[in-house]
Amino acid sequence: MSNQTVGIVVFPGSNCDRDIFWALEGCLNIKTKFLWHESSDLSGIDSIVLPGGFSYGDYLRCGAVARFSPVINSLYDFVNSGRRVIGICNGFQILTEAGFLPGALTRNKDLNFICNNSELEVQTSKGDWFKELKEKNNIINLPIAHGEGRYFCDEDTYKMLADNGLIALKYVLNPNGSSYDIAGIMNKNGNVLGLMPHPERACDEVLGGTDGLSILNSLA
Amino acid sequence: MNQFQVKVSIRLRPSVLDPAGEAIKSAASKLGVNNINSLRIGKLIEVNLLANGENEVKEKIELLCDRLFANKVIEDYEYQLVEK
Repeated sequence: MSNQTVGIVVFPGSNCDRDIFWALEGCLNIKTKFLWHESSDLSGIDSIVLPGGFSYGDYLRCGAVARFSPVINSLYDFVNSGRRVIGICNGFQILTEAGFLPGALTRNKDLNFICNNSELEVQTSKGDWFKELKEKNNIINLPIAHGEGRYFCDEDTYKMLADNGLIALKYVLNPNGSSYDIAGIMNKNGNVLGLMPHPERACDEVLGGTDGLSILNSLA
Repeated sequence: MNQFQVKVSIRLRPSVLDPAGEAIKSAASKLGVNNINSLRIGKLIEVNLLANGENEVKEKIELLCDRLFANKVIEDYEYQLVEK
């Protein structure tokens, strides 16, 4: 067992926090600690997951209220220290609202809530989030489940992302109208990753795939 | 201190697709209302607050708009101020 501890942030309305716990502790034998959103104490935490769900009921915009939580306030120093943060689905929305990642996530092009498996092309091995997967195969399969997962960025932002190798994942078949087929991006240092697909739902063959395992294992 | 009311309008930027607006436009045509060139949905936020003059109101409202009410990557805002 790795001696790293992964903090799983719990907001009112988070609903994938237990899934992350199961994937990390149950499938990967990685120690976790739930972090209530009102806590600003990140001592002893080596990396952080912002899970999926509907924090604060998605009021105003997805992630718009969560970004003012004390735990997010502490995240700026945490990220600057180089430690790793992954934001999945609602977690990705929070990371863009809080300014850790550029662009925004808005309503799916066809207005449907999409719950499906999605083929994704790994774009980079930067940050070592996808190292094992990229060595094996550039195409991975992860579930998506969102109503507001359409990534939007302007051309200048896209160019900045592309020129710096910060685009992590692209949809093979764009399901939601995301700009440039983007499904996940990272920050310039590569230690913050935001993605709409759910790696924690692809950690056991029984669930249809295990491509999420190595992504989450990179937290340890 | 005086009482002010502020009405903040938030709109998606013209370059951002508004699929909900498109859906409403399509429903409008089912009501027999045609020739709508565009229909876009925004948000209206009404704020009542106490402040020492208009400058203080503007300062507070612009902070709220920039940091909370609107996401400037995808949205623009404008506001109207009424002293009550």
